[in-house]
This record gives sequence, structure tokens and C-alpha cells, in this order.
Amino acid sequence: MDYTGEHLLPGLLGHFFITLSLVASLVATFAYFKTAQSKNEADRGSWKAMARGAFIVEALSVFAIFGILFYIISNHLFEYKYAWQHSSRTLEVKYLLSCFWEGQEGSFLLWSIWHCVLGLILIRKARKWEAPVMTVVSFAQICLATMIAGIYFFNWRMGSNPFVLLRNEMDAPIFSQPNYLSFIKDGNDLNPLLQNYWMVIHPPVLFLGFASTIVPFAFAIAGMWKKSIGDWTKPALPWALFSAAVLGTGIMMGGRWAYESLNFGGYWAWDPVENASLVPWLTLIGGIHTLLIYKHTGHSLRATHFLFLITFNLVLYSTFLTRSGVLGDTSVHAFTDLGMNFQLLAFLFVFLIPSFVFYAIRYKSIPHIVKEEQTSSREFWMFIGSLIFFLTALFITIATSLPVINKIFGSNFTIGEDAVFSYNRVIIFVAIIIGLLTAIIQYLKYKQTDPRFFWKRILVPTIISLIVSTLVLAFGNINYQEHGVGFLGAIWFAMVCAIYAIIANTAYIWIGMKGKLKLSGGSISHLGFGLMLAGILISSSKKEVMSWNTSGIFVQLGEKNKITGEPGENLTLVKGLPTTMGSYNVTYESDSMHPKKPLWYYKIHFKSKTGKEQFTLMPNAFVNYKGNQGLMANPAARHYWDHDIFTYITSLPDPEKNKDTASFKPQNLKKGDTAFYSNGFYILENLTTQTNVPAGGLAPDDKVYTATIKVFSKNNTSYTSKPFLINKGGSLYPIQDTVTSESLIFQLNKIDDNSAELGVKESNSMMQYITLKAYKFPFINLVWAGVIIMVTGIIISIVRRVQLNRSGRQIENLTL
Amino acid sequence: MKKIHIALLVLIAITIAVLISFMGTLSTYDSVQSAMKKKGKTVSIIAKLDRTQPIEYDAVKNPNFLSFVAFDSLGGNMKVIYRKEKPTNLEHSERLVLKGKMNDDHFECSEILMKCPSKYKDDMNAAKKNLETTSTQ
Repeated sequence: MDYTGEHLLPGLLGHFFITLSLVASLVATFAYFKTAQSKNEADRGSWKAMARGAFIVEALSVFAIFGILFYIISNHLFEYKYAWQHSSRTLEVKYLLSCFWEGQEGSFLLWSIWHCVLGLILIRKARKWEAPVMTVVSFAQICLATMIAGIYFFNWRMGSNPFVLLRNEMDAPIFSQPNYLSFIKDGNDLNPLLQNYWMVIHPPVLFLGFASTIVPFAFAIAGMWKKSIGDWTKPALPWALFSAAVLGTGIMMGGRWAYESLNFGGYWAWDPVENASLVPWLTLIGGIHTLLIYKHTGHSLRATHFLFLITFNLVLYSTFLTRSGVLGDTSVHAFTDLGMNFQLLAFLFVFLIPSFVFYAIRYKSIPHIVKEEQTSSREFWMFIGSLIFFLTALFITIATSLPVINKIFGSNFTIGEDAVFSYNRVIIFVAIIIGLLTAIIQYLKYKQTDPRFFWKRILVPTIISLIVSTLVLAFGNINYQEHGVGFLGAIWFAMVCAIYAIIANTAYIWIGMKGKLKLSGGSISHLGFGLMLAGILISSSKKEVMSWNTSGIFVQLGEKNKITGEPGENLTLVKGLPTTMGSYNVTYESDSMHPKKPLWYYKIHFKSKTGKEQFTLMPNAFVNYKGNQGLMANPAARHYWDHDIFTYITSLPDPEKNKDTASFKPQNLKKGDTAFYSNGFYILENLTTQTNVPAGGLAPDDKVYTATIKVFSKNNTSYTSKPFLINKGGSLYPIQDTVTSESLIFQLNKIDDNSAELGVKESNSMMQYITLKAYKFPFINLVWAGVIIMVTGIIISIVRRVQLNRSGRQIENLTL
Repeated sequence: MKKIHIALLVLIAITIAVLISFMGTLSTYDSVQSAMKKKGKTVSIIAKLDRTQPIEYDAVKNPNFLSFVAFDSLGGNMKVIYRKEKPTNLEHSERLVLKGKMNDDHFECSEILMKCPSKYKDDMNAAKKNLETTSTQ
């Protein structure tokens, strides 16, 4: 059949370049391998020229694939499944890029692009390491190219191709018409949760972080391969630092995105997807520190190899975890299974097994020093710190891998009742030890430290830290009761260590480095780390729920949470009615709708009780959006220097409510009788009579009659309504009860024995309300500031290490 | 033995201890029936929403009370009470992972994880339905 209106050329080009990139990376791997292995200079030269050519072709193909896919998405060519599935015409231009990373194919492509960029830099800069290092990178590129190949071997499909046509992928009657495209008016659009500016920038940064872990890995392999063991650490160090800076930034950008657009009320929830990206960062940091030990003392080279090898393998493992669908029951935001599990596992094992077998073979020949480290030496404690980072990574990996463990052993474990706490109660001790080590280690010298020298330098920062900590603990009101006194004590202790880390490292810039910032990369990044730690501790332990439903007018007496004895976290605001929330009076003022999408903005006005301050927040929500019935809410936050006020919508009235005419009908019912109203039915369940009511102003023989009415609406929701009738000294006072969301008002008019006369009114004016949660996050800015300072410190270190390497080479050249 | 090796062993021992205590806090996936036998213990139950029974939630009366009936694949059913807001597309969920404790007459739920047909993309069924409706317009 000839289909009209299709643009097939971009797809054909796309397929061509995918095949080309696969072939070129195969050639590059082989040629680089030959370069690294060849003994004579002439051979090496020709293999190298070929390898470089192949890698450049490969890189150009990957850029072309990216460009073509972007062309397809930005021109809304919905004949391609990828464009149809992930974008729409109404999507803002800035989010067109986000469509890439929403799908697995696009995110593999992103990863591959970064490998290309890093590879091109390595070709220019890696000199004698180019061949072995690039063999590893090119080999990874083969694996990534297969992920988007979409080639069939018999019935098994290898990879998922982003250029497949919609009509080939789906069976729907419309594809039998040649002009089917004219019916497809719009695409499926980007998941609303991803329509956030952090989502434009966070994935590229995170993937650059992931991609760059291959460089230290490849250097470690290259070192073992060329038996130039230990030599590789010099060029690898700036790369490892770069990777740590970028990966760290990427992870925290993800946290920022979660904070601004997800509704779990924070930036970190120990979700498996978050854990999977944190774990390689921890081992990488460990590796950088053991590498520094090696540089200065010759110890810990074996550990450095191990940590760089495991880091990249953990990146591959996290790829498997997040993309295989295995986390389906435990994570809010893992990818779903694309039927590529075998391939993902193969990707992991094809690196894991050879790299560690190779490590085991070479282990004996990696030099180590027999002489023992002094406990007063810097390297001893740095090694302990690295070890703790590794063990923490191990713990988080095992905890995150429960679904995998269940699959392998057929067990059925899942994380305990309070998932976040089961991590926090362990991590808090890691924070204490790491905070303390971060503060002290720089004051120790490599090899051994004279105690007098040590105490002389660290005394002043220690005293200042103790004073500051005392002040913070005394007046900071850190009083987190949820998990008992022991945990609070641990938080306090960790807080002291974090403050110590901040002050001791700041002081070291002058005490140790004489104020030379260019040399103080380490101290600056440690100071940032301490700041981040302090920020995490304060913001999580002092997070306040503002929307405690304590004084909400609609809360019925005795409806408190019977289990915890606490009021709930949600508060309902009726339009126009000021309600107390924390130290504010809040009013739901109005709402407005996005011109093109079912995106609603709710204007909520906050006025502090003292009247000094007022502002408006506009949380928004997608309502019944493209198959996502219900609402998807985006929070809104007001930022202060010392805290954020953070709110989001949790519930809205059903907009499709029946709005039938109002009438006030008397209705005689016996106990158990059923009657209908416009949107369902109700049953008179019970009638009770009470005397001796202790409420105000009633005499002992005054009576209170209560009717219990169960209302069942058509949309499966049921309510209980209890109108009263008070007989006070012979006069009757009916107290109406309203089922607001059904616009029903009940009144008990008369009662005798088992029957009652009810007045039933269906109100015309539907009540407008929203339900929301609001939190106060104190000192959240410390977290972000800490990250920025930490990354700045690492960048300073990179610059310095690159300069050192360069001058080192110049000296080598001079002596030659 | 080097001090560093002692430190290594101590830290590994601590890690193992931490892992064992972590294993102790784990809960298990259960069916409604097996959860009944573990009253008061935290369990996770994979279940489906019973659409024939009403969902009780009225945000105006109490935004922190939700009650519905769920059943598992073995046919056991239970009343679930969740003292938080109603997850927004509960009605359209395909599967629920409910974490909480079984009481005498209901399941006191502390966490609901929903698997919705279109919650996280890539699942094409809901998207397909969308396509069919566009094509009939």
C-alpha cells in the first residue's frame, strides 16, 4: 500500500547511520586493539590511523542519529513511533530535548554521544594511553550501538530502534487506510512530570557523569594490560575528578528536579533509581582518595584498581536495574521493561567478568608496600574513609537489589515499613564518621604526623567548631522526635561532625595552604561536602508539615488518625474561605487554565498571622491528561534565604459531577430503606436517640436524634452523613449535614421509632475546593550551596592536576 | 597483622552486622490470607482494587481518610484504610502494592504504590486507546 504524507527519508538515513555506527565502532575496537598489541612502530602507525578514522566516523554517525531524531521530533513527524510516543504539537520548544531522554532509546543515544565526545578528547590528549584506553571506549560503543540497533536475529530483536514507524509497531484499524497520517493529529506528549526545566538539563549532565566513569575504568584496564602498572594514575586522576564532579552535579540536579516536580516532599527518597546513581559516585570518590594515597605514598594501588573497575561496573548494573523493569514494584520512576533484559545483562557481564578476571590475574603484579602505615599518617585514615564509602555503596546496593535477590532466590522480601528510615538509620553513622574524617585528615601528614604539630594546627578550628556546634544545638531547635532519642542523638552528633568538617576545612585553606585558593581544591570540596551534609541534616530533621489538619472547619470531631493519634497531613481549602495553616492564613483564591493543555493553576494566597507578610503560590496540576485520569500535580515553592515553603495539590473535586436542579424534598424512610438522588442513592442505616448529652446548654432530659445515612454515588464513592435533630425542652432544632462533594444536604425533620422524615436538598452551586499538603523546609539552600562549592573545589583540583601533569611532562622532555 | 587489616576486618564485621539488622527490618510480600496470620506485622500485599465496591473518600469532610476494598490474585479480599489523601488515579490503577498492617477488620495501609496503565510511558495500551479515539474523531 502507498501511504500518503509520510516522510520516510529521515528514517532511512537514521537506519543507515545506526548501522554505520555499529560497524565503525567494531572497526575502531579491532584497530585500536591491534595498535595496542603491535610491536613495531610502522604497524602501530597504520593501525592507529585506521582506528582513529573509524572512531571519528562512528562519532559523526552518532551525532547524525541524534540530529535526525531531533529533526523528526521537532517537525512532529508522527509516522515515527518515537515522535508520536514522546512528543506533541503543544509541547514547548524547550522540552523537545526532554523527549529524547524520556524513552530508553534516546537515553542510550545520549550516553553514546558523551562517549563519542570523551573519545575525541582522549584521541587528542591521551598520547601513549590512547590505544588501550580507546579500545575499551570503542568496545562500549559497540554495546551501546546494539541497544538502538533494532536488528532481528531470527525471532530475537537486538536493541530498540528509535526510527521505527508507528504503523509497523501497532495494530490499529486506521493503518489500513493510506491517508492514516491525516487522522493522527497529535502525539502522545511528554509525561507531564518531565515537563520541567530541570528535566532538560539533568539527564545530559547525569549521563555525562555515567559516561565519564569509563575513562578511569579504561585507564585501570590499560595499566594492567600494558603492564605499565601505576603509571596510568597520573593521566587518570583529572578524569576521575571530572567524573566525580559531573556525576555529583547530575545526581543533585535530579534531587532538585524531584524537589520541584515530584510529590514525595523532598529531594531524596532513597528510591532505587536514585540509589543506583549514587552508588557509583560513592565508589568513585573512594577510588580518587586511594589514588591520592598511591601518588603520595605508594600504598593502595590495588584498592584503586578495584574501585575504578567496580565504579563502571556499578554504572552498568544500575543501567540494568533501572531499565529492565525489575524495580517495577519498588520504584516510582523506573523505566518499564522493553524486552531487552537479556541484552542489558549481557552488557553488564561482558564488562564485569573480563575486567575482574583480568584484575585477579594481574593482582599479584600490582605493587604494594609491605611496610605498615602509621596510624598517625594521613593515608591510614584516608584509606579507612574510602573503605567506608565502598561499604556504604555495598549496603545501598544490596538494599536496592532486593527485587533482584528475590528473583534469584525466590524469596519475597521487601523494604520495611519505613523505607526512608531503614536507610537513614545506617547512613547517619556513615555521616558521622565521614564528617569527622573530612574535618581531621588534612591536618595529618602523609607517612607520619608529629602529634604536637597536629594539635597545634587543629586546636583553633576545633575550639571554634565546638563553640559553633554548641550554639547550633542550643538554639537551632533540632528536635526530631519521630524515631526516638537515640536517633536524635545521632543526628546531633552528625551535625557536630558536619560543622567540624566545614570549619576545619575552611581554616585549612589558611593554616595549611596559606590562603592559596588554586591549591586548595581539596579543602574547598571538603568544605562543600560538609555544608551539604549539614544542609541535609537540618532540612530533613527540621522539615515541618504546615498543613496539619488540626483546625480545619470540616474535620469532624473524633476523626483524628486513630492509629497514630495525629491529625493527617492534608488540608482542604474551600474557595474564598481563609483557613489557618501553620503561621499563615491561606486562601484558595482562584484558578486558571493553561491555554493549550488541561493544566490548571491554583492561586493560593498566604498571609502571615502577624499580617506582615503575604504572597501567592501557584501550584499546578494536570487534570485528566491523555489517559492519565486523575491529577498529576506540580508543587510550588516560596524561597527564603533560610527556608522554603513548599505546597502541592493532593486532591480536587471530581469535575464531572452531575449538576442537576436543586429541590428540597421531604422523604419518609424506614430504617434500612433506600432512596435515590440524581447522582446515586442513599440508605438510612440507623436512627439513634441520646439523652444526657453533655454538650453545652442541654438539660439531662433533652434529646438528640441522629440519623446515619450512607450515600453511594455513581462513581463508586460512598459517604456517611449524620444530620441531628435536637429536642430542647420541646422545641426542635435540626442540624443539617452536607455531603459537600455530592452537593447533598440532609436534614432530619421528624423521627418516630424506626422511621424518619428527612429533608433532602441537592444544591445547585457546587462547592469548589482543593486539598493540599504544605511543608516548610528549613535551610534547604545549604544543600544546594554545598553541592556548588564541592563541585567548584573539584574543578579547581582538576585544573591543578592537569597543570601538574603538563609540567611533569615538560620536565621529562627536558631530561630526555 | 597490619593495623589496616584489623580496621578492615572490623569495618566488614560492622557492615555484616548492619546488613543482618537491615534484613531484620525487612517485611515480606504476602497474600491477604497469609497477612491475616501475621496481624500487626508490616507486610506488602499486591492486590487489585475491587471496582464493585464503593471507594470512600470525601476531601471536604476529611482529606485524610480513604477506604476501599482490594482483592489479591488468590481471591482473598480486605477492606483497606489509608489515612492520607486518595492517590489520584486509584480508580484507574491496574495493580496496587499496599504496605501496612493487618488489623482485625481492615488493613491499615501506610503506603500505596500504584501501577497504572500509563503511569510511566512505554506501556502502549493507554496510548493506543488514545490513538483510536483520535482516529474516530
